[in-house]
Amino acid sequence: MIGRDLLGIEDLDRHDIERILETAVHMQEVGLREVKRVPTLRGRTIINLFFESSTRTRTSFEIAGKRLSADVINFSAESSSLSKSESILDTARTLDAMAPDAVVVRHKVSGVPKRIADVLECPVINAGDGAHEHPTQALLDLLTVLEEKKRIDGLTVAIVGDILHSRVARSNIYGFTKLGAEVRVCGPPTLLPPGVETLGVKAYTSLREAIDGVDVVMALRIQTERLSGAYVPSVREYSASWGIDRAKLRFAKEDAIVMHPGPINRGVEISHDLADRRPSVILDQVRNGVALRMAVLYLLTGRPHHPKEAA
Amino acid sequence: MSRILIRGGRVLDPATNRDGLFDVLIEDGKIAAVEAGLEVPGAETIDAHGRWVTPGFVDLHTHLREPGQEYKEDIASGGRSAAAGGFTTVCCMANTHPVNDDPAMTDYILDRARQDSPVRVLPIAAATKNLEGKVMTEMAALQKAGAVGFSDDGKTIMDGGVMRRVLEYARMIDAPVSVHAEDCTLVGHGVVNEGPVSTRLGLPGNPCAAETVLVARDLLLAELTGAHLHVGHVSSAGAVALIRQARERGVHVTAEVTPHHLALTDEATLGFDTNAKMAPPLRSAADVRACREGLADGTIDCIATDHAPHAPHEKDVEFTAAPPGVLGFETAYPVVMDMVRNGEITPLELIRRLATNGARILKRPELGSLAVGAEADVVVLDPEREWTYDPAKGFSKSRNSPWTGQRMTGRALVTIVGGRVVYDVERGVIAP
Repeated sequence: MIGRDLLGIEDLDRHDIERILETAVHMQEVGLREVKRVPTLRGRTIINLFFESSTRTRTSFEIAGKRLSADVINFSAESSSLSKSESILDTARTLDAMAPDAVVVRHKVSGVPKRIADVLECPVINAGDGAHEHPTQALLDLLTVLEEKKRIDGLTVAIVGDILHSRVARSNIYGFTKLGAEVRVCGPPTLLPPGVETLGVKAYTSLREAIDGVDVVMALRIQTERLSGAYVPSVREYSASWGIDRAKLRFAKEDAIVMHPGPINRGVEISHDLADRRPSVILDQVRNGVALRMAVLYLLTGRPHHPKEAA
Repeated sequence: MSRILIRGGRVLDPATNRDGLFDVLIEDGKIAAVEAGLEVPGAETIDAHGRWVTPGFVDLHTHLREPGQEYKEDIASGGRSAAAGGFTTVCCMANTHPVNDDPAMTDYILDRARQDSPVRVLPIAAATKNLEGKVMTEMAALQKAGAVGFSDDGKTIMDGGVMRRVLEYARMIDAPVSVHAEDCTLVGHGVVNEGPVSTRLGLPGNPCAAETVLVARDLLLAELTGAHLHVGHVSSAGAVALIRQARERGVHVTAEVTPHHLALTDEATLGFDTNAKMAPPLRSAADVRACREGLADGTIDCIATDHAPHAPHEKDVEFTAAPPGVLGFETAYPVVMDMVRNGEITPLELIRRLATNGARILKRPELGSLAVGAEADVVVLDPEREWTYDPAKGFSKSRNSPWTGQRMTGRALVTIVGGRVVYDVERGVIAP
């Protein structure tokens, strides 16, 4: 049973994930209407509390809330407690005093949504914390693969790129493995987290081996400052070895799809022509993100409130 | 003449290898007699039937935060907390503000301790000026002022050439050099042990190699210089093995381990609890096992708390921003008693590692001992006492403990320093 908060896919079981995905399928229909709005969350207040900038995710949550008729407030606080005087928990308590029905949190440090959830009365949704988790991204990825492949069970998924710093990778590893897929991770040895096999995946440095026969290739965004010698010698070396293009994609299944959580560094993680056309489903991911976040907001705030202690 | 008679307890004195039922007589601040059936009319009597009577604990590694960070702790509160944990001598590290890198600062700390602390406070001075790892401190003058050893604890002397000179100089004055062995270039931004846990948490990892690389270097430099190297807060199986090998080939090395590295693994950080954040970090179960074995077989000489108070507002932040360190004094004894209950170490050998070996490392044979004529630093322990630890009810100014709210077995009941009862579990801290 999905709990009060959505902090990570690691906390969910298969049934929770399937319930969210089923709800999201219903929500997709709202986006196709002429008037893209239902009254489900009328009178509810949702705060997007973003300590790290993210136009895409924040906009997606904002549209999701508005399509459900919730009042959505964006609170940007791009700072840490180190540089600004107010601590994250004080910020959270301040917002809590205004009685929101849900708070959506993004922070560059792992664990902050959990700390905030510990002090807030209302549900907390993790919109990405450090290199820890980005649960709604993984759920929308699952929804997109489900649309394409009609199943998750038995598929093979290769996640390629900066696994070490990626919350998207971790959430997708949990999500896909919990629904019965085989997950492989692939990247430069310097960007593969130590002990990643303990998450139930196989790790590869060779892209060709990693995508051999896979149904899904998921490229991750890499911060270009990591490609100037700190982790990888150069952009050129990265894209030659781990950038996805049509030539390399031949090693995957014929009907393999290509995914990317965005924003893309064109020509680095994914070739220009592949980014825009099938088998890439990048814009489907974005479209599904709204429906998926509507489902999460509905499931966490559409019900009567229960005291947090009971959770 | 003041006299205290501690009657009927199980006396555990590693200094004289005594383990049996004896009475202990204290006269004028010294141990006067340890015998069965002592009758001393007029002496203050402490009934210790069913209890352990041992030398007071000696802690080679603590942070009392004075001067400069009295909001976290000061010599008075830290000393009281130490007394409540059964400690009678604590060595305070130099990373105060200002740093204890000058004889005047050592004087100041000792002066404050004489006025404020119920337990003995022995300063460990900085090995390099301002802990910068560049310029040696005036070690001879600091020693004369009362420094018992040298350490840049909290930081590592990364320059091998400087470290060599520090060891050579310390050898001349026969002082131990305690090292915080973490290669900061390998630590990077690491905040938890590198491995499956750091991968799950998505937090930057700090590999065991950051410790072993520096331990290996410093052991080789100790071998080169003949100096006495003391390895602080050993956390990894690799470091234990390196120390064992070095000792076998005759390197003058001693080592300490903290209660938290003996009891907790990196899984304690899985809920992002900043009270489980330390430097070096909590390690894997295999590392914990190796530390326990190393302590039991004598590779690691002693238990030191690394008592490191931090204010709640400092710990109540993002995991990466929180300062490392935890409280240690009041939980040390019950936590390490687990090893006795598991049969990993005998009571006498545990007390050797809590009291006697620390005094030996400091070359202070009158401490950590119940031999006749030794300083009457004595603790009466109840190895069976069950209680719930709440730092708010303890004596530290801070609350940062990973054991908050947990059931503990074993507790100090009475702490005596220099023949004076300074702590009693019923009455609290009594002196000064």
